[in-house]
Amino acid sequence: MSILRVTSYCLRMIEIKNLTKKLGDNTILDNISFSVKKGEILGFLGPNGAGKTTTMKIITSFWSATEGSVLVDGLEVKDNSLKTRKKIGYLPENVPLYDDMKVSEYLKFAAEIRKIPKEKIKERIKEAVASCGLKDVYDRPIDELSKGYRQRTGLAQAIIHDPEILILDEPTTGLDPNQIAEIRELIKNLGKEKTVIFSTHILAEAAAICDRAVIVNKGKIVGEGTPDELSRRFAGKDLIYVKIKGPREAILEKIRAMENVGRAELKDRESDEIYGYEIEPKPGVDLREYLSMTIMNSGWSILEFSKKSISLEDVFRELTK
Amino acid sequence: MFKSDSVRNIYILFKKELWSYFNSPIAYIFIAVFLIAGNWLYFNSFFLAGQASMRNYFSLLPWMFLFLAPALTMRLWAEERKTGTIEFLLTLPIKDSEAVLAKFFGALAFLMITLLLSASLPITIAFIGNIDPGPMIGGYLGALLLGGSYLALGLFISSLTRNQIIAFVLSLAACFAAFIVGADFAVSGAPKILQPAMRFLGLGSHFYNITKGVIDTRDILYYLSFIFLFLWLNVRVIEERK
Repeated sequence: MSILRVTSYCLRMIEIKNLTKKLGDNTILDNISFSVKKGEILGFLGPNGAGKTTTMKIITSFWSATEGSVLVDGLEVKDNSLKTRKKIGYLPENVPLYDDMKVSEYLKFAAEIRKIPKEKIKERIKEAVASCGLKDVYDRPIDELSKGYRQRTGLAQAIIHDPEILILDEPTTGLDPNQIAEIRELIKNLGKEKTVIFSTHILAEAAAICDRAVIVNKGKIVGEGTPDELSRRFAGKDLIYVKIKGPREAILEKIRAMENVGRAELKDRESDEIYGYEIEPKPGVDLREYLSMTIMNSGWSILEFSKKSISLEDVFRELTK
Repeated sequence: MFKSDSVRNIYILFKKELWSYFNSPIAYIFIAVFLIAGNWLYFNSFFLAGQASMRNYFSLLPWMFLFLAPALTMRLWAEERKTGTIEFLLTLPIKDSEAVLAKFFGALAFLMITLLLSASLPITIAFIGNIDPGPMIGGYLGALLLGGSYLALGLFISSLTRNQIIAFVLSLAACFAAFIVGADFAVSGAPKILQPAMRFLGLGSHFYNITKGVIDTRDILYYLSFIFLFLWLNVRVIEERK
């Protein structure tokens, strides 16, 4: 292996190649490949059941892949599982914690089993408690904690050994808006030094935190890029909403037959005669004038007319339909 | 280096497992039931028999363990599965076998603590009469080996389900079956060909050998293989999660 190749491997903290996971006849992951660079925060996006959690379980070696490979810091996870696990801090979905322990006991246990030297344990716990804001509940039993504090305890556990990689499965699910903002801030801060993968089904969240997003749906990658890139992919695309009084079928037919119309469909219904339509022009075309004239000339009346740009949320919706 | 690493992992997990018994009421209920039931059942017949002997006490233990061992093991894996903490545990940099062993030793240590706390009984008897040390040592050794076998079996069954009640009931049934297979009344009802095999397989027959004070390596080996078999199966089940 040449030196050049070694360096390029080092830059990629996590590399997933042709990963496939089957459970029985179900294909949960279908040949996905992506990589995460050192120090990058990657948003792993997709609707529920898309395969996000499965991918994370394979990276952390809770599950094994049916086919394909996962490299963590250049090491094949399958063959070096104990080594790669040391490099990773993991917050599983729904934050499982030992409810019969106190926060302090739990963190001490996590620190010991992660082989932090005895003389450093106190210091590491203190740092994790400080950065996750756990001071107030440090001596409380875990089963008395609020959802937000549970999440922080889970995070504190994940960073206790100062891992190079953090894998966070839906770290903000079930939190109130204030807590969400706090956890996001926390992840951003952690991401300054660490490589982070976090999953979410909220696109705005990915846009707010991540450097890059990978969008998965039904076990396949359907989009990848920075939040800007993703919206640019659909840039120039506008959506026109128009409410027209007239016969539904004829109107749709007319619009669809127009030049420069990419897509047109029924959006909502006000009464038997009045319907709303959503029209997507071909990229770079301003269709408004021509559209309104065509409708009026056909003898129908326009009751509402508006144009909006496609949002990131629409991109996500479109990709994961 | 590699080995001491393993021992260290097991020790840290073991501490947590043992501690978690005392973190919940189950430990105290367990000890109380054990002491009360043990003493009551023993002294119930003590004055009738008029003997300062430990033999009756040790012959009670398999029956008490039958209920108590599944109570100790039922939650060990089932709860980890149910709450999802298994995902935390098994993504730590530890081997699956280390987690299994730690849970087993945790339960065994707890059983030993309970036996120690019940030492008031042999001490009392020693004051009243003379105790033959042979059967006494054999009795405790047998109790430990038999208890360990129940625990290994119960732990294995707990790894098959996420429901503690199911784990308890199945473990109870399995322990009972394993114990009774070698008992006299079960053996005598079976075809002649099967009799030696049943006598060998039963957890009970080996126990009575040991409590007589006859410590035979074959009996000890039998228990150790029984324990090893189910711990090994347990590791297989845990590895099969994927």
